Amino acid sequence: MAVVIVDTGCANLASVSFAYDRLGIPNTITKNKDIIQKAGRVILPGVGSAAYAMRSLQERDLVTVLQTLAVPILGICLGMQLLFERSAEGNVQGLGLLSGDVTRLNTGSYPSPHMGWNVLEDIQPCQLLEGISNDDYVYFVHSYAAHTSPDTLAASTHGQQFSAVVGKNNIYGCQFHPERSGKTGAKILENFARMGA
Amino acid sequence: MLARRIIPCLDVRNGVVVKGVQFRDHEIVGDILELAKRYAEQGADELVFYDITASTDERIVDREWVTQVSALIDIPFCVAGGIKSVEAARVRLEQGADKISINSPALLRPDLINELRDAFGRQCIVVGIDSFFDGKAYRVKSHTGDAGKTRETGRETLDWISEAIERGAGEIVLNCMNNDGVRTGYDLDQLSLARKICSVPLIASGGAGEISHFEDVFNISNVDGALAASVFHKNILPIPTLKTALSNTGIEIRI
Repeated sequence: MAVVIVDTGCANLASVSFAYDRLGIPNTITKNKDIIQKAGRVILPGVGSAAYAMRSLQERDLVTVLQTLAVPILGICLGMQLLFERSAEGNVQGLGLLSGDVTRLNTGSYPSPHMGWNVLEDIQPCQLLEGISNDDYVYFVHSYAAHTSPDTLAASTHGQQFSAVVGKNNIYGCQFHPERSGKTGAKILENFARMGA
Repeated sequence: MLARRIIPCLDVRNGVVVKGVQFRDHEIVGDILELAKRYAEQGADELVFYDITASTDERIVDREWVTQVSALIDIPFCVAGGIKSVEAARVRLEQGADKISINSPALLRPDLINELRDAFGRQCIVVGIDSFFDGKAYRVKSHTGDAGKTRETGRETLDWISEAIERGAGEIVLNCMNNDGVRTGYDLDQLSLARKICSVPLIASGGAGEISHFEDVFNISNVDGALAASVFHKNILPIPTLKTALSNTGIEIRI
């Protein structure tokens, strides 16, 4: 099914689109409300700060549109963090589609940001992660994260354990960048496009 | 656990990949897209593209190949060279680069680091540092892309690392110039000193020649990633061989 990538005003939109091009799955980047409302699959990408991204969604009048979608939504990296109620990064209110807050990742004695390839753990059976196994590597780059919760579909650990993949009803998120996570990431993007609504 | 990264570095000059010894005498090693694809398929964890002519020739890197690389590969890559403004950085990120790296422009105007952090977040801002040991101290040099234009900066390396992190660098690539291209091993002493004060990911650059050099820089200097060019370009050390060998010694490596 075709995928609509929301133009959040953030800077890494092209790479998600290119990843779907490589899979041969039709995709569009847009900030047009009508196109997003009619989409079968919606991706919310993002790099940068939560405050900037939320402001950008507000300016584009997309907050309510995203909050009322019935089709599967996948937030990527910052896009996943925006799905929650609040982010400690700039103390910003999120879309509130998932319960809980995003807080600074406590990396302990390890470097921060959490940057590089880390393994998925505690994977729950779900369509999004079909064919993905514990210990598969994916590419992370972030300083903030969501705690593990009943919505966690896969976790990862860097100093502390956090949600690497979340999902509830039609709302999904990946803290890592599937578009830059080799075959594992490509499989997740493909699963998202093909999963039952 | 977070894997240690193996990072081929592609020095780009006039649209092709080149490699010199100690930053001089550049020879052409191949096509940007061909090498990017080959390294990604071989298991590189990330790629870094340095447009080494950019700072010295006062021009920004050519845009087209960044988009082409982004479309082609499914691993992250960083673009460096002549990025002197938030706008220039925005262009690279919009083209699909995952991170941007700044070196000489940050030395000329350190506020650039703060501006980039504010615009895009620390996580995609890399500060590259060319460090030269003059027998007494580790000193930062700038404009190293052309031997004739290289400048002293008056800064000491460890001070500059601390300042760059304070201003918003999300990663430091420390290139030890004395070791660059000579394949006698990374500068473990300098990298270990840098590691002690570097709270963000630290990438070693300069001197890789054999598997034990990578093993040492991870085990002794505790860096997050190791960058190398000639050993990969000349196929002295194929990436799969390197990664399997490192993994077999117990180092966390993505195979």
